[in-house]
Amino acid sequence: MKRCLIIDDSRVIRRVAAKIIQDLGFTVEEAENGKKALDACRVRMPDVALIDLDMPVMDGMSFLRALRQTPGGDKVVTMICTADSGAMQIEQALKDGADEYIMKPFDSEIIHSKLLLLDLL
Amino acid sequence: MTPDDFAFVARLLKERSGLILTRDKSYLLENRLMPVVRARMLKNLDELVERLRGGEINLREIVVDAMLSKDTGFFRDWRPFEHLRKVVLPNLRAARMGKRHLRVLCAGVATGQELYSLAMQITDAGESFLGWHVNAIGIDLSRPALNAAEAGLYNQFEVQRGLPVRMLMRHFTKEEDHWRISEGLRHMVSFRPWNLLEDLYPLGRFDIILCRNVLAHFDQQTKLSVLQKLSRLLYEDGVLYVGVTETVTGVSASFIPVSPDLGIYAVHRDGYPDSRSMALAH
Repeated sequence: MKRCLIIDDSRVIRRVAAKIIQDLGFTVEEAENGKKALDACRVRMPDVALIDLDMPVMDGMSFLRALRQTPGGDKVVTMICTADSGAMQIEQALKDGADEYIMKPFDSEIIHSKLLLLDLL
Repeated sequence: MTPDDFAFVARLLKERSGLILTRDKSYLLENRLMPVVRARMLKNLDELVERLRGGEINLREIVVDAMLSKDTGFFRDWRPFEHLRKVVLPNLRAARMGKRHLRVLCAGVATGQELYSLAMQITDAGESFLGWHVNAIGIDLSRPALNAAEAGLYNQFEVQRGLPVRMLMRHFTKEEDHWRISEGLRHMVSFRPWNLLEDLYPLGRFDIILCRNVLAHFDQQTKLSVLQKLSRLLYEDGVLYVGVTETVTGVSASFIPVSPDLGIYAVHRDGYPDSRSMALAH
């Protein structure tokens, strides 16, 4: 079973995303900021990470850059998931190593289609 | 709604669009026609049917349009489009190198996402199709849907369902809360109002036909008729894509399945796909 790490400081968003992703057959782990997520990744790398950008302690972009420098972190499929839908922000996230980008609000169909095109379903 | 009124509306839909409305789908009637009732400031569905019976031509068109499914999406189901990108487009490039001419039909194009998806793949093939004449035509009965397709303006939900973000960046520009398709892609495609129940031959012949999630709305006889017409439009080595949950097998002998789980069919020739078929990995 593939593993997904959901990183978001909103418990509600984590809960909604977790339900959708579990229903698609993944096991889910949650982290409330980039630092906790990085700690979790050092113990065991997930197959895919859903990453909010604006978080306390360590934001999503800092996490993404740190993840890519961590051994094994280059293989994790990463999806930024944020309310920021500006083209410049998206370009920057892709440049920093994100594989996909989800603009909030999202629904199950969006997450399903993104995982499908990333060959995770 | 009385059984008689339901039968009247169902008959109207069948005659005008081929759409089959069975009694178990009566909820669809209510869901899709109540906005028409409100827009026309009518009392209820009964009054709407009464006016339809009275012969209001314009209202008949509006009702048929409201009942048509316009459900579509970029790269819907993803894998059939991967087959297009990996198998069909390279085959097509090799087979048509002399003419450098490519024709695509999207039958039941609705708001345009699937045809634009294919146009993006052709554009992203880079030099492969540089200098080619690409003629990609989308047809649909719904004029409001075609108007939306022509505008090429999609909301945030629409551009996220199936569209890889790198393609969004390459082919769209953000306009406030929406995303507009690039001029280049817009000029690669054209949209025409056309009823699949009518003669399709004036559209010419095609290398690829997408008719995805359209046949499911028809009865067997209409499916057969549409498939026969589509088979005459396809070149002998052409490819037909239907929806992944639809099947042509057992409906029409004009096509042979290549990957039926992906809705991919080749033109029939002596019980086999033509060996030159672009649907086959050579």
